[in-house]
Amino acid sequence: MIDKIAPSIADAMTGIQDGATVLIGGFGTAGIPLELIDGLIEQGARDLTVVNNNAGNGETGLAALLKAGRVRKIICSFPRQVDSQIFDGLYRSGKLELELVPQGNLAERIRAAGAGIGAFFCPTGYGTELAKGRETREIGGKHYVLEYPIYGDVALVKAETGDRWGNLNYRMAARNFGPVMAMASKKTIATVHEIVELGALDPESIVTPGVFVKHVVKIDRVATQAGGFKKAA
Amino acid sequence: MTMSTTTATYQRRTKDQLAARVAQDIFDGAVVNLGIGQPTLVANHLPAGREIVLQSENGILGMGPAPAAGNEDYDLINAGKQPVTLLAGGSFFHHADSFAMMRGGHLDICVLGAFQVSATGDLANWSTGEEGAIPAVGGAMDLAIGAKQTWVMMDLLTKAGVSKIVKECSYPLTGIGCVKRVYSDLATIECTPDGLRLIDTVDGLTHAELEKLIGLPIAA
Repeated sequence: MIDKIAPSIADAMTGIQDGATVLIGGFGTAGIPLELIDGLIEQGARDLTVVNNNAGNGETGLAALLKAGRVRKIICSFPRQVDSQIFDGLYRSGKLELELVPQGNLAERIRAAGAGIGAFFCPTGYGTELAKGRETREIGGKHYVLEYPIYGDVALVKAETGDRWGNLNYRMAARNFGPVMAMASKKTIATVHEIVELGALDPESIVTPGVFVKHVVKIDRVATQAGGFKKAA
Repeated sequence: MTMSTTTATYQRRTKDQLAARVAQDIFDGAVVNLGIGQPTLVANHLPAGREIVLQSENGILGMGPAPAAGNEDYDLINAGKQPVTLLAGGSFFHHADSFAMMRGGHLDICVLGAFQVSATGDLANWSTGEEGAIPAVGGAMDLAIGAKQTWVMMDLLTKAGVSKIVKECSYPLTGIGCVKRVYSDLATIECTPDGLRLIDTVDGLTHAELEKLIGLPIAA
């Protein structure tokens, strides 16, 4: 019998090695797997490479993982924010390596890893600082930059509903990086607010098929909180 | 607000007037991404009777206005992380699909802010290249080159009175030759491979005065 339901976050976290690459979902307030990040801090793996859209907000979640000194390198698109003080301090003191990637390249490089693509030519960033020194090619009169996949050893994903085969659905814009990160990692751990019987999820609208998921953990439903705002226009 | 020059007989477009000017050119049925900051104001001025679909880079098509106070749901936010709503017919999708929509040419228009735009449409809007600053790019580079038309919305002049439309960008580039039009507080200008072309100016500002402010020739 297949049963991917883990009894606890600690159970799901076992085996994460020092030096692992951890893909962490979330964009803004939505889809941040806070409980799993706390579990990773507890689990103790260090020297991690973390992939996330941002580089931590405030003092919780990814910021807490950074503060605990567990991260060697971060790959993200938008580290600098009004409340990214933990990242800012570590980066400025040279304790944290940063690889800055345009957001769409980040998503597509992760997707490529999950899809078995060796590399791909992408127009984004051509002629800019972020493509400096990289292989380029002109195809059909358009310029492209060679981009490589980002593989995860572990993915931490916040989903909404799941079943024991690991099938997942998400809630609204909390989906963001979850589906591609789940594809790209050897060990994808997803939290859900509800676990349903096999067959209860509408097969026509399962977003992440269970084959991409290793562990599903049920957590309490807590309304997503405000925070990490940018100033209104 | 009038310009500080004593001879000025024209008024700048206010931020809302500028947003309305941009909105006026967004056609019925267009799929549009409004960048963070000033471009988000355009949503408040979309002409009645046109059905316009707003895309948000974090996986939303058919984004609606901000919810009433008390109805915020922080799983439903825009790229600027502010709570929004979803219109009937709207959809959610993951990040790779969202950016495929841009690169794949499925967005009609993208409206962005800018530090500088060159006469041929190079865009600089992600970094001022300041020594020691922490870089952050987000979706700027993907948006700039992705949409069928990239429009920039900005003040024409810096606070110091220097034109932000330039011969060549001195700030780090976001994309090459990607800006089609600049909507500014003083004029609307097209960027072409041959240089600038005038679309309109605010009342009282002549073509010659505008060329003097920008310091570049502008075709009529």
